[in-house]
Amino acid sequence: MPRGIRGNERPAGWLFVAPALIILGLFMLLPILMALWVSLTRWNGQGSPFTGDVPFAGLQNYTRLFTDEGLARQDFMTSIRNNAYYVLLVVPIQTVLALALALVVNNRLLKGKGFFRTAFYFPSVTSSVAISVVFLFMFANGGAINAILSVFGINGPQWFSDPRGLIHLAFGDQAPALLADHSLLGLSWWDWLAGPSVAMCAIITLVIWTTSGTFMVMFLAALQNVPVQLEEAGLIDGASAWQRLRHIILPQLRPTTFLVVTLGLIGTWQVFDQIYVMSQGNPAKTTLTPAFLSYRTAFRDFDYGSGAAISFVLFLIIVVLTLVQRRLTRERD
Amino acid sequence: MTRLRHAALAAALAGSLVAAGCGSGFDDNGSTTTQQSAGPADLKIMIASSGDAETKAVQDAAAQWASSSGSKATVTPAQDIVQQLGQALAGSTPPDVFYVDAARFADYASVGALEPYAQGMEGVDSFLPNLRQSFTFEDKLYCVPKDTSTLALQINTDLWKKAGLTDADIPTSWEQLRATAQKIKAKNITPLAIGDTRDRIGAFLVQAGGYWVSPDGKQATGDTAQNVEALTYVQGLLKEGLAKYPKALDAGWAGEAFGKGKVAMTIEGNWIKGALTADFPNIKYTVKELPAGPKGKGTLSFTQCWGIAAKSKFKQQAVAFVQAMTSAEQQLSFSKAFGVMPSRQDAQATYQQQNPDDAAFVAGAQYAQGPVNAPKMDSVLADLDSGLQGLQTGDPKAVLQRFDKNAKTALGG
Repeated sequence: MPRGIRGNERPAGWLFVAPALIILGLFMLLPILMALWVSLTRWNGQGSPFTGDVPFAGLQNYTRLFTDEGLARQDFMTSIRNNAYYVLLVVPIQTVLALALALVVNNRLLKGKGFFRTAFYFPSVTSSVAISVVFLFMFANGGAINAILSVFGINGPQWFSDPRGLIHLAFGDQAPALLADHSLLGLSWWDWLAGPSVAMCAIITLVIWTTSGTFMVMFLAALQNVPVQLEEAGLIDGASAWQRLRHIILPQLRPTTFLVVTLGLIGTWQVFDQIYVMSQGNPAKTTLTPAFLSYRTAFRDFDYGSGAAISFVLFLIIVVLTLVQRRLTRERD
Repeated sequence: MTRLRHAALAAALAGSLVAAGCGSGFDDNGSTTTQQSAGPADLKIMIASSGDAETKAVQDAAAQWASSSGSKATVTPAQDIVQQLGQALAGSTPPDVFYVDAARFADYASVGALEPYAQGMEGVDSFLPNLRQSFTFEDKLYCVPKDTSTLALQINTDLWKKAGLTDADIPTSWEQLRATAQKIKAKNITPLAIGDTRDRIGAFLVQAGGYWVSPDGKQATGDTAQNVEALTYVQGLLKEGLAKYPKALDAGWAGEAFGKGKVAMTIEGNWIKGALTADFPNIKYTVKELPAGPKGKGTLSFTQCWGIAAKSKFKQQAVAFVQAMTSAEQQLSFSKAFGVMPSRQDAQATYQQQNPDDAAFVAGAQYAQGPVNAPKMDSVLADLDSGLQGLQTGDPKAVLQRFDKNAKTALGG
């Protein structure tokens, strides 16, 4: 270690980063470790979980979610299924929509850019609880959405009380024997393949509408960094609008796309407030998500250990999926 | 570089150890709680208020008690009492006195959060026996009910006339309910709105002579002939369009559908009075007892009790406070203020005189069945509710079997 003329700088360095380290340790690392401990116990919420009286459960809270037949596993797997369909629909649609909005707003010919930018971004800065309540009204049986549908002669569904999955709706209500008789982790194949329920679709619509504005801003920032010369060069070479988008602009946006998809994945796996406000997991558990299930298990059933275990499994799912996504979208050298 | 990273990690760990040291205030010192047996107390009371009227009435009563006993009593209305209590209990600083819902009671009693003060409390026999049963866990009476409500049949008198019905058509049995409903439906009126939960449909089980769990709350008794009969009957009503769930009527709950005049009848509890007066003041209706089933009359009761925390420092004063809040006189004044039914037998006669329209609710209180009184049942019951939501197309027996299977795991039997 070279010594500068001012002596050893290492203690000073530690001193400078100490506030950040202490705050992060105290408010992030420590609570996470405490929650990890709780997830290994059968703490019932009485007094401190850090005494000898709290029964130690080992990995039981985790195995219950995967290996033991019962309601705990069934609820957990149902929530994973629901959330998976939710992510599969929300992330691609919101990313494409955000990009489309950004391209529109970035168009040099567009008049009133400021207005559209604000309009598209507005849902993102509004409280999600307020928006959820408004959507409850819109999707009511006699609400705006069904009124519009009825103009086109469509008899709209009872959005928030319809537990039927979209894939089930498409293929009819009767389960083929092959799918009904086989099961995986407590749910039959037929149940796994239900698709998002009608109620979940209403929530999906809401989330796409609110978050695409946020991601539009990110795409917009990136688009404004794309040099105009590149596009002009494409024009001179006779590239069509689609070719310019596909071969010039999109490659330039790759880091932003990665960011948007990653943030989208993380956010969608953690969906909670919309579920809490709009459906509480109903109808028939088709809007139950791991985050909400974790809350319900801990604070309604006083089963804090299982609740914490669910949130750690959710954490692992997010980490693994983000790593996979990173690998898939890595630039090939 | 790696050395630096190791050092950083070590520092972070050291930091968290220091923090853990600071966190020792978290430690459980419940065993050393000093009891202040007499003298002035500083009581913290948490209530799950039904509205401003209740909050104010309880606050006034508490202030009166405080000034006469020389203690302090602070009443806090909770936004979400389950969660707020959960946090307070985890932090070992629960309020001294709090509302405990009968449906959640066993969860609190089983983890030792409640003091079983009602065991030897003076005058405890005056409370309705079926309500006392709701707050008994492992043969110990933990707390006394603050009030009660029961389910009854509400009839929209205007729609009743429109359908050409008279008082003679008021159903008193399942057969009559079905026959009357068919007459109403023939006039293109939806006959009945019923909530899609165990807390409404369960009444039919009681009328058929069954229930979800055994009276002591230790065994699941879902899959019985009586229960299948009850659910099949309800399913029949739903299938023929004689009854509808509130969501199918675009209402948040059955009372809203009833208040909007969308249905001729509904099955709700005492709370519907206040809700209709507030939101739909023009509706004309009458309240009758629920139609009797094959095994006679049956309804469900809902109640909350005045729980006292096992970790309270002022248990003696808290008991005195609860006694003051549950005296016959005080219960009657509460029922005037926010329309609840007294939980004491000696107050019910006066209540009925003062509220002749509530005769059906009061009558129901005599034979009502309380909620499922067993710990760790919340997710099982939520699962049951989702089965009941799909009852119209589902198989009643399968719903009950599924409940039994889940309940057995939860009850450990």
